[in-house]
Amino acid sequence: MAAITKERLVPPSGFRRRWNRSSATRTAWLYLAPAFIIMGIITFYPLFYQVWMSLTNYGIASLNPNSPRYVEPAFVGVQNYAQIFTGELPVAIANFNFWNVLAFNLLWTFTNVPFHVVIGVLIAVLLNVKGLWFKRFYRAIYILPIVLPSLVIAVVWRNMFDSQYGAINQALSAIARLFGGDPVTVRWMEQVDPIIRLGPLPLPLSYFALLICNIWLGWPFMTIVATGALQSIPGDLYEAASIDGASSRQSFFKITVPLLRPAMIPAAVYGIVATFNLFNLIYLMSSGGPLRQTEILVTTAYRLVNEQRLYGSAAAFSVIIFFVLLGLTLVTNRITKATERYDA
Amino acid sequence: MATQATTHTPARTGAQVRISKKRDLSLGKQVLYQAMLLAIAFIVLFPILWVVSLSLDPRNISRPTELNLIPPGASFKAYQAVMDKPTNNPVTFTQLAFNSLKLGAGIALFSVLIGVSAAYVFSRFDIPGRRFLMLAVLTVLMLPAIGTIAPLFVLLNKVPLGNTSLRDSLLGVGFAIISGALPFAIWNLKGYLDTIPRDLEEAGRIDGASHNQVFFQIILPLAIPALAVTGFLGFLTGWTEFALSWQFLTHPTDFTLSMALWNMTGQYAGQVPWSNFAAMSLLVAAPVAVVYLALQKYIIGGLTLGSVK
Repeated sequence: MAAITKERLVPPSGFRRRWNRSSATRTAWLYLAPAFIIMGIITFYPLFYQVWMSLTNYGIASLNPNSPRYVEPAFVGVQNYAQIFTGELPVAIANFNFWNVLAFNLLWTFTNVPFHVVIGVLIAVLLNVKGLWFKRFYRAIYILPIVLPSLVIAVVWRNMFDSQYGAINQALSAIARLFGGDPVTVRWMEQVDPIIRLGPLPLPLSYFALLICNIWLGWPFMTIVATGALQSIPGDLYEAASIDGASSRQSFFKITVPLLRPAMIPAAVYGIVATFNLFNLIYLMSSGGPLRQTEILVTTAYRLVNEQRLYGSAAAFSVIIFFVLLGLTLVTNRITKATERYDA
Repeated sequence: MATQATTHTPARTGAQVRISKKRDLSLGKQVLYQAMLLAIAFIVLFPILWVVSLSLDPRNISRPTELNLIPPGASFKAYQAVMDKPTNNPVTFTQLAFNSLKLGAGIALFSVLIGVSAAYVFSRFDIPGRRFLMLAVLTVLMLPAIGTIAPLFVLLNKVPLGNTSLRDSLLGVGFAIISGALPFAIWNLKGYLDTIPRDLEEAGRIDGASHNQVFFQIILPLAIPALAVTGFLGFLTGWTEFALSWQFLTHPTDFTLSMALWNMTGQYAGQVPWSNFAAMSLLVAAPVAVVYLALQKYIIGGLTLGSVK
């Protein structure tokens, strides 16, 4: 003990300092080693392998080197990338167009997240009203969409949107019957004809079914984030505003919204990336259909492996997804930075 | 923020009465808000009530034709049927659940045990190359799990295991999931470790504790809640994993709960009564939902922490 205290008082010699520092460094590398050795093998190596694969014609024949029909994957340059962008894959996929998938993927993301944020904030504000009864009861119920596995939610909603036996059509039929109407048989998941066309982008009923399900799924997270932020806004601000004659609408837009912004923007960025890659919901609910109209990038990449078995093309597709996500992250970060100073 | 608050304080006392009156919610508004909140609660509960009521339906109808909260003669028959043989494959629910459990527990233990020491270095040590390594982990995190399915499938397929390959086994699926779950665990744990004050470690170091002693005797005990939450998130990933197992596994004895559930869904399952499907959904969801509810405070705190960083 004493020796150590003394050592701290006397400035350590150069050797001592270097020894201390290198001991810390050695410990650090030792602590990093297990994780990075394992990630090196199962994370980073496959990623580099993927880049190489994306430049070859890796197909089903290249899978098993011991098979008599084994074909060594051949280097084909950027052919896979070119084929993806032009839509002419080695195994034809009906209605495949990369640009439509990308456009739908972006539209899907940017129609979902605003609903999540706006509904989430409004419900958080409603739950935060002073003197409201049963707050804990509502909070306990509203958490449910988050705690259920998304896989289960997707398959349950898939069945709920069934045209003949689904709960949605049955509920609509019950309402219709009240007014003397016929049973409703909306073909939510199957109807091919789009409801709206946004330029070249068709939006079928299944898009709206997915949107409804994902809004149901997405807002509670935003409510939780907003509730945390709301509770840290000092009540004095509202009192002061009401003394100055501000209406409740004014204090919402001039106090609540600007002070929620720093908490909501990171949550929205998180939501954007999560929604952009929402594989489970889309694959299990609409399977990208009908006619691939609700396919997103990750479901297409999965199909290239799972159905077409074009491993080289799938690798190229994943590399493209990586750069799209990189771009998306950089753009959203830039927007976040630009809007960070809410007092400006 | 603070300045705004203080500049208005002198004016407050004068209007105190008016404010305190305004604070109480009028009965009309209370009723209006309650109605809105109840409507939202109904929308949130609707799918859940629907599945619960379906799962209790005893009539073994292949398709539901009406909405009933508690169907006439409700019973647990569907649960019984699902327990015995959920799909056409000759596997029981217990076998499927055990496979999912193996994936979940394996990923939870592995990612936390291997990840925590790396997270500690990222949180506390300033070694050369730290920023580069952190960037490497972050870059991997950005890519969705599907984004590496092609190379993982091809590479694991090359590793022989018994008379098949590592790809066609739960172990292989586990490796494929860990390839993404380990970077996530490191990043998540780093977020938590950043919030542990350094005073204790510094005190320990002054008292002559080695780096190992500080890590094992000071940091790890403090990080137990974070380890539990990160472990649970890993468990959740394995328990509900679908895409990789669906692509990799071919033997019904290796199948997981999520694969069976997908087999029982909607149009693809003309043979499966909807009550069985509903019972299965609830059986898959219930265990993780209960733990999630218990840990929700920590999990949500961690997620928002991660997104702020």
